[in-house]
Amino acid sequence: MKGNSSNSGNPQQGQHSASAGTLAASPRSRPRPRLAVFKFASCDGCQLSLLDCEDELLAAAEAVEIAYFPEASSRMEPGPYDLALVEGSITTPHDAQRIQEVRRCSRFVVTIGACATAGGIQSLKNWAHHEDYLKWVYARPEFISTLATSTPIADHIRVDYELRGCPINRHQLLEVILAFVRGQRPKLATHSVCLDCKLKGTVCVEVAQGIPCLGPITHTGCGAICPTYDRGCYGCFGPAAQPNCRSLTDHCLQTGTSASTLLPLLRNFNGYAPEFREASNRVEALSAAAASVKEPIDE
Amino acid sequence: MSETRSIRVEALTRVEGEGGLHIRLNGSEIEDVQLSIYEPPRFFEGFLRGRPLEDVPDITARICGICPVAYQMSAVHALESALGVSPGPEIRRLRRLLYCGEWIESHGLHMHLLQAPDFFGAASGIELAARFPKEVNRGLQLKKHGNTLLEVLGGRAIHPVNVAVGGFYKAPSRDQLQDLIPSFEWGLQAAIDATRWVAGFDFPDFEQPCEMVSLQHPDEYPMNEGRVVSVSGLSVDVADYEREFVESHVAHSTALHSLRTADQSSYHVGPLARINLNRDRLCDNAKRIADEIGFETPCFNRFKAIIARGLEVIHAFDEGLAILKDYQPFRPSRLPYSYRNGEGCAATEAPRGLIYHRYRITDDGKIAEAKIVPPTSQNQRQIELDLIQWLPRVMGESDQRTADECERLIRSYDPCISCSTHFLKLTVDRQSDERGPKVSL
Ligand code: SF4
Repeated sequence: MKGNSSNSGNPQQGQHSASAGTLAASPRSRPRPRLAVFKFASCDGCQLSLLDCEDELLAAAEAVEIAYFPEASSRMEPGPYDLALVEGSITTPHDAQRIQEVRRCSRFVVTIGACATAGGIQSLKNWAHHEDYLKWVYARPEFISTLATSTPIADHIRVDYELRGCPINRHQLLEVILAFVRGQRPKLATHSVCLDCKLKGTVCVEVAQGIPCLGPITHTGCGAICPTYDRGCYGCFGPAAQPNCRSLTDHCLQTGTSASTLLPLLRNFNGYAPEFREASNRVEALSAAAASVKEPIDE
Repeated sequence: MSETRSIRVEALTRVEGEGGLHIRLNGSEIEDVQLSIYEPPRFFEGFLRGRPLEDVPDITARICGICPVAYQMSAVHALESALGVSPGPEIRRLRRLLYCGEWIESHGLHMHLLQAPDFFGAASGIELAARFPKEVNRGLQLKKHGNTLLEVLGGRAIHPVNVAVGGFYKAPSRDQLQDLIPSFEWGLQAAIDATRWVAGFDFPDFEQPCEMVSLQHPDEYPMNEGRVVSVSGLSVDVADYEREFVESHVAHSTALHSLRTADQSSYHVGPLARINLNRDRLCDNAKRIADEIGFETPCFNRFKAIIARGLEVIHAFDEGLAILKDYQPFRPSRLPYSYRNGEGCAATEAPRGLIYHRYRITDDGKIAEAKIVPPTSQNQRQIELDLIQWLPRVMGESDQRTADECERLIRSYDPCISCSTHFLKLTVDRQSDERGPKVSL
């Protein structure tokens, strides 16, 4: 199939792809590493990425022992585990305890996705009044027990590796699993989506069409999908290494993007990641300052 | 003197999201059955307020990684109704095509990796593959073709990026879709073979007539639009959905239960409901296979939902193929619209059943109020009632066996607990918190 057309192609997939062959070739004489998949507040999309490795799944299941993965198997083996994949953020008192147990029984902990790595879309509540949310959604809020915040796993325990994305890239997931199986640290690129567009030869949507785009400050990994579909990057993979958020937001504001457009764009699936959080708080402060200057004139 | 028996399934497996089951028996009497959903609440309806309406398809997709397209489709239809725009036939067809991809991917996963293992005492699809390598591999390939379609048309399989209010950010080229034709031709045959395979499974004799609800369209198998109809004769416009069905909040769940308003009774949504109400709108291939395997409708045997899923996968490949073949690129790929104060609702058919969205919007393009009713919260009460009927058949077994049999019935619904919680963890009964990893650590 020629599915790898310019739209669906991921320039990273070639170099990052861990093929079934390499997974299956890991030595079988030693006991297989034991894999566990844990879920916290999330949509299940990141763990589903593992089941979406249709070509590699059965071989992968030979290379590692899938010891705990309730979404895929009713056999739930007790720990300890060699590698724990953790999806989701911490939003309840019980989960704040449970993640400690996950750490205790796992040699390596890898967070998968924006929820686990940055708090996820549900961290929008960190900016709001929690009681209001409860009231809006539930008729009987007294039945619900949650924390007022949604926080990333690394706020609670030591994390060995963080895999970005909302959702993660399944080829990168296989690569990370393979690296840990081999006792290596995964080496994934940390540059920006903007560079991927240049490599793909995608015409810049910001320059050509004036569409606000987070590509210059967003971490690589998705394959720069959005600009090939004529829309701006909305930051699924979180901040790139050393993102220059200030210069991007200033540029957007100076070239006609309003604060009311920029703010929700930054407060997205990775809005609570420190660099994006700081950038959105700054945009909010700037626009509040501008409004208070304007007010007397309006009268 | 009868003794009290308490059976707990702390963590349901091979379902999406986190839920448990508590059963209390007193001798041969069933005292209580609770499907408890402890998925942490994520408050989507809360944080949608004040967001630009263009964000809604991307944000609501994140309610569920298994059926993001169902959320995106319901959201854009509801918002377009609020904005007073209605996309033309080209956009409609591409949206159906995208939904075909999701039905194939989601049903393929459930049939082969989640439900089929139950018929052979296997713990997972991976274990089942040792016994049925050809069938499980075929299922995985089938599912992959659904995902590839989502990647080409949507940009990626999980949380597609190409769905916009008014249409698509970009219409695909003719070549991109033509390239998918061979895999869809293969997929159609594979879906027929897979359906024949699952139709031969050994099904418990468990016909439980109940109210079943789905969309119905005059000349299509229901996906994106239609009236809300039921096997007992309900037929209302989607705009009347909230008059006919209510959500209530029960203590053992972060999800809200849905009931029929009139008599607070339960109902069932999903592939069985769709087939029972729309069999004559299936494509010819699916109709022919349904006849060949002797699939009788109305079918109220929950376990046979796996056959209904197979027939729907045949339909999705068949209809998808027709759309791929006829496709011509068009412009504009999305309709322009102007902001106004308004309200709109829509219902579509997620792989696991009817899903309803309603939004109130403001004249600066923001969301003022959002309401989302996913399929699993509609099925939750019906699942509990089904268990009450099912338990007398299985409660003579050990606690473990009884629990396994109950889980098997729950799984036949393909519950998506991540979706059903607007949504939660709780519960009043703190013991139910002692679950998950505790069992296994
Ligand atoms: S990061 Fe995104 S895809 Fe992954 S679990 Fe969270 S919401 Fe789902």
